[in-house]
Amino acid sequence: MSTFDNPFDPNRRLTAGGCSCGRHVNEAEHAADPSSALQPTMLESDDKKFEGVVASAVMRAMFPQDASRRAFLKSVGAATALAAISQFFPLQTATEAFASGGPLEKKDLKVGFIPITCATPIIMAAPMGFYSKYSLNVEVIKTAGWAVIRDKTINKEYDAAHMLSPMPLAITMGVGSNPIPYTMPAVENINGQAITLAMKHKDKRNPKDWKGFKFAVPFDYSMHNYLLRYYLAEHGLDPDVDVQIRAVPPPEMVANLRADNIDGYLAPDPMNQRAVYDGVGFIHILTKEIWDGHPCCAFAASKEFVTTMPNTYGALLKSIIEATAYAHKPENRKEIAAAIAPANYLNQPAIVLEQILTGTYADGLGNIIKQPNRIDFDPFPWQSFAVWIMTQMKRWGQVKGDVDYKAIAEQVYLATDTAKLMKEAGLTPPTTTSRSFSVMGKSFDGSNPEEYLASFKIKKAS
Amino acid sequence: MTKSLRIRAAVVSLVIFAAFIGAWHLATRGTGAVAQMSPEYAALMGATATQGKSAMPGPLDVGAKLWEHIQRPFYDNGPNDKGLGIQLGYSIARVAIGYLIAVAVAIPLGFLIGMSPLMNKALDPFIQVLKPISPLAWMPLALYTIKDSSLSAIFVIFICSVWPMLLNTAFGVASVRKEWINVARTLEVGNVRRAFTVILPAAAPTILTGMRISIGIAWLVIVAAEMLVGGTGIGYFVWNEWNNLSIVNVIIAILLIGVVGMLLDQILARFTRMVTFPE
Repeated sequence: MSTFDNPFDPNRRLTAGGCSCGRHVNEAEHAADPSSALQPTMLESDDKKFEGVVASAVMRAMFPQDASRRAFLKSVGAATALAAISQFFPLQTATEAFASGGPLEKKDLKVGFIPITCATPIIMAAPMGFYSKYSLNVEVIKTAGWAVIRDKTINKEYDAAHMLSPMPLAITMGVGSNPIPYTMPAVENINGQAITLAMKHKDKRNPKDWKGFKFAVPFDYSMHNYLLRYYLAEHGLDPDVDVQIRAVPPPEMVANLRADNIDGYLAPDPMNQRAVYDGVGFIHILTKEIWDGHPCCAFAASKEFVTTMPNTYGALLKSIIEATAYAHKPENRKEIAAAIAPANYLNQPAIVLEQILTGTYADGLGNIIKQPNRIDFDPFPWQSFAVWIMTQMKRWGQVKGDVDYKAIAEQVYLATDTAKLMKEAGLTPPTTTSRSFSVMGKSFDGSNPEEYLASFKIKKAS
Repeated sequence: MTKSLRIRAAVVSLVIFAAFIGAWHLATRGTGAVAQMSPEYAALMGATATQGKSAMPGPLDVGAKLWEHIQRPFYDNGPNDKGLGIQLGYSIARVAIGYLIAVAVAIPLGFLIGMSPLMNKALDPFIQVLKPISPLAWMPLALYTIKDSSLSAIFVIFICSVWPMLLNTAFGVASVRKEWINVARTLEVGNVRRAFTVILPAAAPTILTGMRISIGIAWLVIVAAEMLVGGTGIGYFVWNEWNNLSIVNVIIAILLIGVVGMLLDQILARFTRMVTFPE
């Protein structure tokens, strides 16, 4: 079929007619040619074929006259033409859209997660049947740490994984690992973190008094790290000079707080509530007070998984989007807490999870606080979130030099895919891919990241 | 005489055990309500915060939990929650595979090194450098290059348990009494036959001592490796319970790791006794 081979070959006809190999005027002449019988059958993978179909369609639409298309390709070369077209027409996404709806390429999947409440939609989709609804047999596998989850997804032991929302950006950019194209089609949770301090600091609620404190965050490339640094800097503390910030696995945070080894941490739940439950710390503020609606954890997959298994990827993403929508409803939260508490998943006392998910919680100082959106769930990966994260990576010296904010955000945060699948799941996705928001009263719209970055007084000297 | 010594030793052991458990129990008793709390607030808090219960579990908690585990050691609630019997099975299987590969490599290589002073000198610097490397240092490299976590765990067991066996085999082979080898030589025994009928039996006790040291190391390594990569095994169990801050289960796991390690050592000790000969 002529539509399946290279549309960027100037010597080939794209219009109907001709034979299956494309080198003859019609089928009869093709059959007569003895060399065509010896032609090996082209064994192309499905996605290559689809890509060919879509690219051909685009080329045909742009150059209705075969002669002008050939002239164009001959003058600029196929590679340049492909690059030029990809610039203003998302060939990749169109290919996926074309390919979706077909049979699942793979039914038994492994998805890795870290046992924190941020992973709620990924985990609950297993016991509550969101994966099986799309005929997927997903094993959710508890993993020992962020670096291990990164390595196991890169090694393809996992098909997809729970990650921190800056990780797919960092992996794509090759910060802290080899550069591998990664995608983040859905945000797992928004809000849902807190700053917890040791009991002995219950009278030191003003961050200006925190000079010399030792803090812990779960990972260098995490919203936890950026939010804590932002919060401290807004209060005039230089996070690299005035305090110490260490990367510590969450369970060790509680133990270190008990042992008086750290003064506090900005961590994912259940560790904040667990410190309160065990009587070793109190919740200073929730991160929603720093940035209401901030993304935290994410559902991530390699670009390779997305392109080689578009149908499986679509089904998986759809089940996660639906689970996220279900988790968004406050009335379902108690049921979810009970579903993810057992040893197989979070392995925590149910009362701890219930306090986190319902937002009615003990703060550790004797008050019961009601914050129904303490943790919330909204899968839409706003590309301006990615841009903000990259400004902070640059602010704290994790990346240096020029950053192509917009291109990386579009490449990794697959907002258009999410929107499409949200629509299919009966939700109403936003119509744009970026939006402005404010972090501690300072607004950010993603249009001018360098100017935003320059406006901070405290940052790492580069 | 020996019988009474054994009885007296058992009595002393029991006394030490009872004193230890008693002290542990007293040290971890709760102190009663610690602070004034409204019942509504107290319902949201754990026993440590409400009843002043020690963060360290007492022997009774550990005993009760252990009994629970012993009653159903082989349950399987999905990929992340399996009974202790299954977890130990995974760990022992990994150790067995890694260890057997190490035996297959170390003993022939040890023979070579022991019989050839040249190879001994040539390989010695490598062995000395590789021997002291911690299993945890190998793990990231293994994960990165092998690209499979359970194979990486097996590789780490192999690489850590191979050296004591190698060195002991080489030493055992090198120090077989020269008279015996000379006798074999005057009787015109061939090389292969000499290795199997003279050197191997003579060096066997030393080789088995090396194997006994190695199995201990392999068992030490597996817990660390499984804690790092997760998935299955007793090391993963420890990590999972640590995540949940369940010190009771961590103590139980430590106890079981000790018992299994002792059993593995005893098996090798028995083999050693079987090949030991009076000179």
